[in-house]
Amino acid sequence: MASRLIQTTDRGLYCSAGDIYIDPWRAVDRALITHAHSDHARWGSRDYLCARPGEGVLRHRIGQDTSIESLPYGETRKINDVTVSFHPAGHILGSAQIRVERAGEVWVVSGDYKLDPDPTCELWEPVKCNTFITESTFGLPIYRWQEGSELMADINGWWEKNKSEGKSSLLLAYALGKAQRLMMGLDTSIGPIYTHGAVEALNEVYRESGVKLPDSARLSSNPKGTKYAGAMIIAPPSAYGTPWQRQLNPVSGAFASGWMMVRGIRRRRSLDKGFPVSDHCDWPSLLRAIQLTEAENILVTHGSSAILVRHLRELGLNADTLSTQFEGEEETPAAGEHSEDPEVTELASTEETTESTEVVEA
Amino acid sequence: MKNFTRLFTVIDETTKTSEKTKAMSEYFSTCSPADGAWTIYFLTGRKLRQLVPTARLRQTTKELAGLSDWLFAESYDAVGDLAETIALLLPPAKNSSDIPLHKWVEERLIPLRNMEETEQISKLISYWDELTTAERLVLNKLITGSFRVGVSQQLVTKALSKTSGIDEATVAHRLMGEWQPTPAFFEGLQNADTKDADASKPYPFYLAYPLEQETSALGDPGEWLAEWKWDGIRSQLIRREGETFIWSRGEDLITDRFPELVEASQFLPDGTVIDGEILAWSEGEVMPFAQLQTRIARKTLTKKILNDVPVALMAYDILEFQGHDIRQLPMNERRQILARLLAPGTLDNAPSCRGQLHPTFRISPSLTCSSWEELTEARTNSRELKVEGLMLKRANSPYGVGRRKGDWWKWKVNPYSIDAVLIYAQRGHGKRASLYTDYTFGVWQEGKLVPVAKAYSGLDDKEIRQVDDFIRKNTLEKFGPVRTVKPQLVFEIAFEGIQHSPRHKSGIAVRFPRIARWRIDKPMEEADSLDTLAALIEGKVALKNSDTANNAIKFDTMADSSGEGE
Ligand SMILES: [Zn+2]
Ligand SMILES: [Zn+2]
Repeated sequence: MASRLIQTTDRGLYCSAGDIYIDPWRAVDRALITHAHSDHARWGSRDYLCARPGEGVLRHRIGQDTSIESLPYGETRKINDVTVSFHPAGHILGSAQIRVERAGEVWVVSGDYKLDPDPTCELWEPVKCNTFITESTFGLPIYRWQEGSELMADINGWWEKNKSEGKSSLLLAYALGKAQRLMMGLDTSIGPIYTHGAVEALNEVYRESGVKLPDSARLSSNPKGTKYAGAMIIAPPSAYGTPWQRQLNPVSGAFASGWMMVRGIRRRRSLDKGFPVSDHCDWPSLLRAIQLTEAENILVTHGSSAILVRHLRELGLNADTLSTQFEGEEETPAAGEHSEDPEVTELASTEETTESTEVVEA
Repeated sequence: MKNFTRLFTVIDETTKTSEKTKAMSEYFSTCSPADGAWTIYFLTGRKLRQLVPTARLRQTTKELAGLSDWLFAESYDAVGDLAETIALLLPPAKNSSDIPLHKWVEERLIPLRNMEETEQISKLISYWDELTTAERLVLNKLITGSFRVGVSQQLVTKALSKTSGIDEATVAHRLMGEWQPTPAFFEGLQNADTKDADASKPYPFYLAYPLEQETSALGDPGEWLAEWKWDGIRSQLIRREGETFIWSRGEDLITDRFPELVEASQFLPDGTVIDGEILAWSEGEVMPFAQLQTRIARKTLTKKILNDVPVALMAYDILEFQGHDIRQLPMNERRQILARLLAPGTLDNAPSCRGQLHPTFRISPSLTCSSWEELTEARTNSRELKVEGLMLKRANSPYGVGRRKGDWWKWKVNPYSIDAVLIYAQRGHGKRASLYTDYTFGVWQEGKLVPVAKAYSGLDDKEIRQVDDFIRKNTLEKFGPVRTVKPQLVFEIAFEGIQHSPRHKSGIAVRFPRIARWRIDKPMEEADSLDTLAALIEGKVALKNSDTANNAIKFDTMADSSGEGE
């Protein structure tokens, strides 16, 4: 059997015909990056290539002086024996699916993606291919996201209610992507929006890249003793429960994550609210995307891959799992959270994962 | 359904009792009496008998969602709760409706039970198709009888009292016993003039807290009454209008379990309510609790069982006398009234028994309380006397409602404890439905681990997540919901009692087991053996150090919630 166009190696997804790596997890010469989340974009490679709208974010994440080149969506580039191009993935600003073609054979590495509209980035675009590499973070039929407008109505309703009770609203969302996407849907007539430094830094990059985010200000730029009743504060999940949060009291906290779909998981976070929202595909989207690519081979990575593979095979498709390090260190997530997703890792790794291994081995 | 779902969601989302109470009282002040009655019914844990077989619910869901068996099973495994799994898997609804709760229950849900299969399924499908995911969750929980939400009857009482302005004790009283969820009931609850005509109605029980502080913190021992803490069924015996009613603390009417108490209570005047402990009592001493349980478990009481397990009511308080609610009188005055009532000769028609108290009515003796040291000393006799320790009651205290700190304390003797190995795990319920929190523990016997105890409570949230993680990574086998776990983790299990039991594989049954702590320091080889447990029954093994005991006391309240004794 001829060697596969793209293979997994100890450094990451590798295409020997082009001598390129896609989202490598170790330093390489030539890295093509689907998007700037830390499990996909790692520091230390020589040359980076990404989609044009994602260049600012990637630069912010891996360093101003790094050699980063970008291509507009859809534009092709010949690298050794292959032709590559970037196509919108709808995940976060500048996220891309990477198309690799050699002698008529086409592979698409989709990175992380979603089909639902997101005002901060271009809509996911189906790319016809022979082999489609897909994530399956939320690869179970229990995951079905609500309409964006419904979701934002819920969030704004919660904000309004907190305001009427004299509370501030602390919305915990992953700092890159999720935070900005949610900000776009906030009803600014309710009150001001403040941010944690980690979020505001990315807001600036988004604004520079042309995304029209509503006004927001760093919480830390306010004088001590500022009252936040009625305000919305956006922070990364890791800020929750830290001394930083005290200045917001009385506060109502909410976590925005796809995992919030399940009541038991929602309730275990000692938060007042959980909004099930994700920048990954829900189950129906995964199936639809796979169908639209018309791929004859589907390789599944990230999360519930075994489940999605089995289901695709039952549908008569040629599917297999592909093991990658996008799954991070949390292969069996604590407490049933099938999580490699940075949005959960950030919250979980500090308190749960690391300790549980220690204790069990003790 | 929308209002009820909203109420459920608010209660479910918050951990603050003030917010739960607020949500409930807002709900009660605007709902129709018919909805109010059903809401109280469900919030206080009352259930409709299963309306649709679970298998049918699963099957219908699988068909509607086009899922294979294994994919449904994987989904269920991730969610951990059937009602919720179904709510999430069903295709989005095409319609919407806002039919009030009582109409749902009376006109839609209850009729499901007697429908034949095809009709039942088609109704279900049309109902699901007009509800949101959150509403479906509530509906499914009502249908499967698994509706649980984090409020106690006490909190519901508080909310109703807040809405109606009627004091909590009266509301609590009206919520007790058997009632039908009718609009009249709901209106009656809130009506200041309601004649509480139901002669059977018990008063809410006053429950003690475990004593955590030093006795010296309680002040002058002279202000306290001390008595033994009996290991039986906490009960209220009511004599009104020529009839006797016996209620257990779990609010079950258990009159028919104790014909000899009914018989003996004939001499009590109308308008008498006695609080006490029903004990299996033979030849002047208390018998093991398990004996008493046989009286409750049997459908019919045979002559033999009545002979084998005679009972007595160990009375320790009187709440109603000559038709008056005397709960506000000081404890010591109530005891005097109780003594006069039950003492021989005070009542002409009391069946006398060699000049003694009637054998089935006894007064729990008071211990002299001149110093705390003396009581501490007396308490060490508990196990010999087959009691659980001491009760301390403030002499001038009124009879309260529910579990309140301050006037009544239970001061138990140290429970037993053993070190055992986690061998099986099952998922929990409610908040913990997606976690493995129900554990079975084993001890060594000839190189094998034999199961001896099941326990749910005692770990904190972080430990629970760690154990859950271990279980998922170390599952050897799955039998339905049960996972066999690689034996490795050792836990200290505390329990209240231990006895021989031919029904158990190990030949031993322990009472109120709970996890005292996780013995991270212990390798599983050092867990206890069945011989050690057998020796505990014979009383040959001394209790473990007091550190263990203190640890265990913390979990007392949790163990209690499943138990009958108080
Ligand atoms: Zn991502
Ligand atoms: Zn990812």
